[in-house]
Amino acid sequence: MKLAIKTGAILLASALCAAQAPAQTIKVGSVLTLSGPNATLGENMDRAIRLYMKLHQDKLPPGVKVEVITRDDGGPNPDKAKQLSQELIVRDKVQFLAGMTWTPNAMSSAPLSTEAKVPMVIMNAGTSVITTMSPYIVRLSFTLWQSSLPMGTWAAKRFKTAYVAVSDFGPGHDAEAAFTKGFTDAGGKIVGSVRIPLANPDFVPFMQRVKDAKPDAVFAFVPAGKQATAIMKAYGELGLHKAGIRFIGPGDITTDEELPNMGDVPLGVLTVFHYSAAADRPANKAFLAAWKKEYGANSVPSFMSVGAWDGMDAIYYAIREQKGKIDPDRTMDLLRHYKSDDSPRGPISIDPETRDIVQNEYLREVRRVGGKLENVELETVQAAVKDPWKILNHKK
Amino acid sequence: MQALLASVVSVAFHGTALGMILYVISVGLSVTMGLMGFANLAHGVFAMAGGYVAATAISRFGVPFPLALVLAFVLVAAGSVVLERLLYSRLYAASDLEQVLFTIGLIFIAVAVARFVYGTLQQPVVLPDYLKGQFSLLGRDFPTYRVFIIASSAVMVGLLWFGVERTRWGAMVRAAVDNRAMAQSVGINTKRLFTLTFALGSGLAGLGGGLGAEIIAIQPTYPFENLVYFLVVVAVGGLGSLRGPFVAALLIGIADTGCKYWLPQYGAFPIYVATIGVLLWRPAGLFGRRT
Amino acid sequence: MSAHAGGYSADPRIRRIEWLPWIVAIAAFFLLPEYLSLGARILIYILYALSLDLIVGYAGIITLGHSAYFGLGAYVAGILAAKAGITDPLVQLVASAAAGGVLGVVTGAIILRTRALTLLMLTLAITSVLLEIANKASTLTGGADGLSGVTVAPVLGLFKFDIFGRTAYLYCLVVLLIGWWLIRRMIYSPFGASLAGVRENSLRMHAIGAPVYRRLVLVYTLSATFAGIAGGLLTQTNQFVGLNVLSFESAGELLVMLILGGVGRIYGAFVGPIVYLIAQDFLAKQFPEYWYLGIGTMLVLVVLFARGGILGIVDTLLAKMRRKA
Repeated sequence: MKLAIKTGAILLASALCAAQAPAQTIKVGSVLTLSGPNATLGENMDRAIRLYMKLHQDKLPPGVKVEVITRDDGGPNPDKAKQLSQELIVRDKVQFLAGMTWTPNAMSSAPLSTEAKVPMVIMNAGTSVITTMSPYIVRLSFTLWQSSLPMGTWAAKRFKTAYVAVSDFGPGHDAEAAFTKGFTDAGGKIVGSVRIPLANPDFVPFMQRVKDAKPDAVFAFVPAGKQATAIMKAYGELGLHKAGIRFIGPGDITTDEELPNMGDVPLGVLTVFHYSAAADRPANKAFLAAWKKEYGANSVPSFMSVGAWDGMDAIYYAIREQKGKIDPDRTMDLLRHYKSDDSPRGPISIDPETRDIVQNEYLREVRRVGGKLENVELETVQAAVKDPWKILNHKK
Repeated sequence: MQALLASVVSVAFHGTALGMILYVISVGLSVTMGLMGFANLAHGVFAMAGGYVAATAISRFGVPFPLALVLAFVLVAAGSVVLERLLYSRLYAASDLEQVLFTIGLIFIAVAVARFVYGTLQQPVVLPDYLKGQFSLLGRDFPTYRVFIIASSAVMVGLLWFGVERTRWGAMVRAAVDNRAMAQSVGINTKRLFTLTFALGSGLAGLGGGLGAEIIAIQPTYPFENLVYFLVVVAVGGLGSLRGPFVAALLIGIADTGCKYWLPQYGAFPIYVATIGVLLWRPAGLFGRRT
Repeated sequence: MSAHAGGYSADPRIRRIEWLPWIVAIAAFFLLPEYLSLGARILIYILYALSLDLIVGYAGIITLGHSAYFGLGAYVAGILAAKAGITDPLVQLVASAAAGGVLGVVTGAIILRTRALTLLMLTLAITSVLLEIANKASTLTGGADGLSGVTVAPVLGLFKFDIFGRTAYLYCLVVLLIGWWLIRRMIYSPFGASLAGVRENSLRMHAIGAPVYRRLVLVYTLSATFAGIAGGLLTQTNQFVGLNVLSFESAGELLVMLILGGVGRIYGAFVGPIVYLIAQDFLAKQFPEYWYLGIGTMLVLVVLFARGGILGIVDTLLAKMRRKA
């Protein structure tokens, strides 16, 4: 009799244990730049990921945990990024790939996503063609066409001639093509253009060329961060502002966390972009408050942080809807229809046909607010912008 | 025509500024390679160190700009003496391969230390107000800072050449470069000469690094990224010579600026091709000693 | 280099211990299936290091520009696959070898008439030229974005390149085996002996009428060919080429691997990449800043105290043990 009771107790206990869903960990592999000259870009993304995870633990189904495995690609190193992505998939068995600071790194990892059926959530890389490289890619960040085409259209109202100076890589070519299309379609004239090598620290000879061509404005795109500061310095040193040449571009050239390093030169620079840390919508204020509480009052999130933040939100959404049981095709289905009104940048959604981000683009001017330089949002240049390049080229 | 003249002047000006900085940094390399026969690929480390010293002195300690540059010179020179006595001097008789490997090891170490101490951002060397802005000369505006670079480098070059031509130390250096064994046998203390000259060359590199921080950015990967430029100046100019690298540096500075201005789609390609051409025509450099 | 062991005995037969690396490689295939892509990379770098050792260790030519041939081989394979639609891996590999060889003989013939710093500078300049071309000719090479869309057909129509790297590993192993055998034959031949002569005392070699220049160009060309093959293998394994294959940093890393293992001895080129890449795989991910610090310090220490690298230390220990016995 005692034996029967004991056995019964054990069986009951085991049944209860089995009935509880075992703690499930969903692994997300994040490939970012955490070392080398561009380390701040990746750090800003990583911080956003960690902060999101810290504040949203209740947004996961019960028993489900998310583990982010972070790997450092060291910069635009497509071969290293591919190797890291491959190891994340094969060795660490991640169910999502995320991060992707740079276009070349995303492009080299795309085939792995397809072959292994691992959804890739792009949190930064901005060249339009990336999402077409695999049906398992969704982008939560931005494209250069989204910002530069409306910039061109708007700029043609203010300036008659423009000079285009971009860095010589994927996003740079996109920015150049997009701005040129927008500007010339709206009646403006491009008086010259130059592609600057990506690994080049001295912008002065290029800015000199711009000055000698005497345009009304110079549209520039270089990778955000130290290169943006360098080109801004060159613009100031050569006195282009005094010569009447206005500096315009996508928001990458005046990112919020880099503005303090640029001195006074950026005052008056006009940009079109999807995010400014100075935006006063409530979602952004809340985001900023949480950020500064975690990382210090002097720390400023960048647009890359927001890309990572929203990327995590999308991943959490997919996890929630599937109650922790991730099926790659169902995940892509869910992500295609992802929407959020709570993003720090305003309302966002994913275009179901192209799996690319749809968001507002704002016109901003660099002004001094409370003693510091900020990107003050002046107006919404265009709302719910889909990636124009794909529309123009009928690509999916 | 007016526009063409304007761009030529601009290229010549900016190119000269770049060339002067390259020379100030590289002249030390030329002398030590000619004097000690030591291939110090890590020379860029001294320039980078000087840049960091100057940047830190200005932004952290509020040291005025000229004093910060002097500080860069002194501290880097002192540091190089320590390195020379402890490490370099063991390898004077070593094979070329060992010297190359040793200096590459030094570069790796320096890059890691710089990254660790200063992080990965470019270090801005904040210029004093009197060096910002433009300087008007003959109806054209030139950035004041680059005018300062050209002027101060010219002064330093003048002092250096005077020192080598007219002083006793200079005579000893020239003797030892010409024929080390003979110099030793007439009683010149080559060990001390090496150390002193090495310190001077490294100090100058440090000063050049700090002075040229706006043109050649100070960041942890500095010694890797700019190694080719310094080596080209020395190889094309000629080892052990003073004037050769000067001409080479100016040529390279102007050619590089000109290419970026007129042929940006080719990048640095023409410079390297030209270097290959010069070295094949004159393997010892333009002013080097033909052995 | 003063510490030059493992040169040539008169007996070129393969000693039994020389089969050890291959046994280990095959065992790794079965025991470590998740690490095969790392394994393939190690095999590629062993071939690359062997090619460098031919000129640095055996012929005594110091170069920082070996990545020119590696990179050319890599891009040729990639461009054939991505732009010309030629996807057969063996065809691509032959093309990489040919490209490496042609560039090797052309550049070698030109630069081997110079020495020391001039030679070093020329090797750097040549690599820089190639790097600039790769950077600028972006329609062909992908520029800074790298070359994607490199499709490699199954080897012999049967073995597909999969994400786990199984095919890649065995493919690289076979190529390395062939390369190793060829290089070994060359070193244990009169030609190899003459290389040692050139390295130790080239004046005397001239005096005895040996065609030094021709020998140097020949070994340089062969070395460049193998480097080109290694580059092609890398592209085929990764199905991607980036500008890094031509960078100065990666050329420096290769030198480090070679020195670590031991210059001037075939198995130095085996030991070095194995130790370096495995250590990098574990350590560099956790501590990327300290990795370079460690590598630099190790390099300085090796030069000052352990010039024969790891194998040199092993030799010294073995000699000590033999003395005691």
